[in-house]
Amino acid sequence: MSVQNFSAADVKARCKGYRRRILDISQTVGALHIAPSFSCLELVATCYFGLLKGGTSPDIDDTFILSKGHGSLAQFAVLEDLGVIPSSWLDHYCKPGWPLATHPDYGTPGIEASTGSLGHGLALAVGMAYGDKLRGIDRNIFLVMSDGELQEGSVWEALMTAPSLGIHNIVALVDLNDFQSLGRTSVTLPNFYPMLEKLQAFGWTTTEVDGHDPQAIFSAVENRDPSKPQVVLGRTIKGKGVSYMENVPVWHYRSPNSAEYEQALREIGEVNP
Amino acid sequence: MRNAFADAFYDLAREDERICLVVADITAAAGVASFQKEYPRRFVNVGVAEQMMISMCAGLALRGFIPFAYTIATFTIYRPFEQVRIDCCYQNLPVRLVGVGGGVSYSTLGGTHHAQEDVALMCALPNMTVLAPCDPAETALVTRSCMAVLGPVYLRLGKAGEPTLTANAPDPFRFGKVRTIRPGKDVCILTYGPITQLAFELATRLEHERLIGTAIVSVHCLKPLDEDGIRSVLTSFKTVVVIEEHAPYGGLGPRVKALAWECKATCRLQTFSLKDDFIHVYGTHAELLKAHGLDSESLFHDIASIAG
Repeated sequence: MSVQNFSAADVKARCKGYRRRILDISQTVGALHIAPSFSCLELVATCYFGLLKGGTSPDIDDTFILSKGHGSLAQFAVLEDLGVIPSSWLDHYCKPGWPLATHPDYGTPGIEASTGSLGHGLALAVGMAYGDKLRGIDRNIFLVMSDGELQEGSVWEALMTAPSLGIHNIVALVDLNDFQSLGRTSVTLPNFYPMLEKLQAFGWTTTEVDGHDPQAIFSAVENRDPSKPQVVLGRTIKGKGVSYMENVPVWHYRSPNSAEYEQALREIGEVNP
Repeated sequence: MRNAFADAFYDLAREDERICLVVADITAAAGVASFQKEYPRRFVNVGVAEQMMISMCAGLALRGFIPFAYTIATFTIYRPFEQVRIDCCYQNLPVRLVGVGGGVSYSTLGGTHHAQEDVALMCALPNMTVLAPCDPAETALVTRSCMAVLGPVYLRLGKAGEPTLTANAPDPFRFGKVRTIRPGKDVCILTYGPITQLAFELATRLEHERLIGTAIVSVHCLKPLDEDGIRSVLTSFKTVVVIEEHAPYGGLGPRVKALAWECKATCRLQTFSLKDDFIHVYGTHAELLKAHGLDSESLFHDIASIAG
């Protein structure tokens, strides 16, 4: 499921379409993680349409894990676009008898780990990467994590372990939107910052980029030091693309009403104007 | 028991390259030491990081390996409970969680190292298989047999120095089935794990001092429970006793009582367990069990009066 020729403009256009798709879904359910999905869309889409190297065998495909499982709509929209999951599934998001719900479940096509509880993805990736190392399989594992997720102790166990085991093929892209459920991350835990130095001290190579700029994300990963695992801190805006959602905590888990929905569509604009 | 596990593990791992061992700063001697020496890449010590240990195992399992996690039972399953629940059980992966020192085997290490509720917690998890062998020989058999389980397994071990109890067992070992390991006609003791040794002391006394023939049945598989086997015991004996080194909630005792009700058993049925309380006294394993009423003298009189 990979696209060999990366085009930042193409990824941007796709993300516009995904925002519209997610807004449409928002009108079919009472609540959904709309702002967290908008926040990480470019990070997720840049992985699928630039960074993930694929093949014909599932054993050699790169792996993608959405460790911030509550952003699942971003991943589902991409998987629908790629034809990995049928549109009827996403049309029936969170409906009885249909397979897609709020968090990604292992066993769903395109989903390689069950996430939703924060702080599991990176440690699972370390196990996967070590397994690949034992088998001599050369492939990368990409994750999208949330900044609030990095408050989990299990993440730091994994950050400590990966380089200690000589694992260098994990790329963790952090959706650094400065928000967690109850408010700003920087206000909740000021000592959470600075991030870059902490991560470097644990043996990771780090880069900070605009997390809504596919070209910057792509270049940061493509030009990385291949001898170390990498964290890309992607500065993002929670609710990106819809003015009244941006940086407003209530949109962590709320559906727009019909007037808000119309306004959001106008702000995002047409996919092919 | 831990050496019996270690040797059985070594035999398995030599034959199967999918087997890995991930430990959290506690390891076993005997066969595990040989494994570590001969297959260093398949042995990983993640340090004092139990969440990492369990997720690492799940990640390896997602890549087709059959990983074993090994440390003291409290640290295998309590500290990283959510990793056990989600990474292993929710994803239904073939991770083997080995807990050494199940029950209160680590007596003098205190309450932080006592696994009094482990069977209840692990049996409550969907997809989990829960195994608790009674002696070193059964440990080896259970370790080998658990390779056939497709999902996650909790393997509850004692510590070291447990006697062999199953050498003269009338029943052969059948994985997942209750097994008579001492014959008797009047009373049947259902039990599992290292406290089976106490059941043997009781059975000997009951026969010699009160002429009460006492059978012992090892329930090495607590989930899925061999319900037919338990029902057979409940309908074959006049007196059935459960002895378990576990909290009164969520262990074998309540399950047997529920089955007895469902099958309208007419036997006398009494269950003995640890109390619903932490243990603050220090001493040997036997002394701790005694503090909760699980000693030969108390149980002898209790059972003799029920069966007499």
